[in-house]
Amino acid sequence: MSVVDHNAIELSPRISEAGVADYIALLKPRVMSLVVFTALVGLVIAPGYFHPVLAFTSILCIAVGAGASGALNMWYESDIDALMSRTANRPIPRGRITRPEALAFGMTLAFFSVMTLGILVNWFAGALLAFTIFFYVVIYTMALKRWTAQNIVIGGAAGALPPVVAWAAATGSLSVEPLLLFLIIFFWTPPHFWALALFRNDDYARAGVPMLPVVAGPDATRLQILLYTVVLVAVAFAPWPLGYFDAVYGVASLILGSWMLLLAVQVYRRREGVEASRATRKLFAFSILYLFALFATLLLEVVVHAVAPSIW
Amino acid sequence: MDDKQEPKGIVLTEAQKKSRRQRSIAIALALGVLVVLFFAVTLVKGPAVLVRPM
Repeated sequence: MSVVDHNAIELSPRISEAGVADYIALLKPRVMSLVVFTALVGLVIAPGYFHPVLAFTSILCIAVGAGASGALNMWYESDIDALMSRTANRPIPRGRITRPEALAFGMTLAFFSVMTLGILVNWFAGALLAFTIFFYVVIYTMALKRWTAQNIVIGGAAGALPPVVAWAAATGSLSVEPLLLFLIIFFWTPPHFWALALFRNDDYARAGVPMLPVVAGPDATRLQILLYTVVLVAVAFAPWPLGYFDAVYGVASLILGSWMLLLAVQVYRRREGVEASRATRKLFAFSILYLFALFATLLLEVVVHAVAPSIW
Repeated sequence: MDDKQEPKGIVLTEAQKKSRRQRSIAIALALGVLVVLFFAVTLVKGPAVLVRPM
């Protein structure tokens, strides 16, 4: 009987109905857009002339590398994605794409993004991109995420690397500036994701993911959010007095940082009911705007310097 | 047995055909972009395209 069943499976292979949109969803386009933007800033603030074709190639490779990381993340996490309402609609839990298809897709994109960046731009940037993909997939997704509440703290390094890769693509080396950008994203990640985890606590608990609110409770998470936000605001402000970025950046960082800190204090103080939930959602939403605006200021500085150097 | 009858094999549904065509076009476009990219960088770098700094 079992032989007959086995043959029946062999004779009726699954034929995919997955469309292009399903494969685009595997790339985590929203995460990719933030990666592209932060990488673009890393590229633009790098010193010296970088040919636009090479700049475009670098950003494309970094974007595809980020997409590959997203696909490989969804390949590995399809079991827990199916248990969480936020991720249940992803292509694998929905049955649109199989796990082997996602793995093949992710590995192909990872290979081509790293090789193209290495061959066309430089191998230092290519190696850094390979390390970023490795860190996100193996260190964060496979090792840390289901093991420790510090998963997104350490794993945040993967999300912080794109501007460093971009700088390396443009210059072939590293310097303090891209490391400052790295630190800003690194310290931004915990308040951002823990705010999300606070209002998605049930999701993470159901899936057995040891996010900080699940393991240590909401109050301990609120304190950690506040502490990391204080460090983030200080780290984001430091490049101005240290002389790396201009005064406009310094003032923008101070205003944005004050607002972020205010929202983190509200999250810390409002612990019950609708008010608590609203404060957490506000912080989560603002954290995205915070990072975007901070990096946009750097972009603006460079553009204004290039167009009208005497303005500031 | 009818000699003219072709073995049926796997017959794709319209949805499967449509999605396969979509995927094929996407792969073709991606390969096209890759070719154009390598060509453009070769023009930009000139002979230096063979110099790949570590």
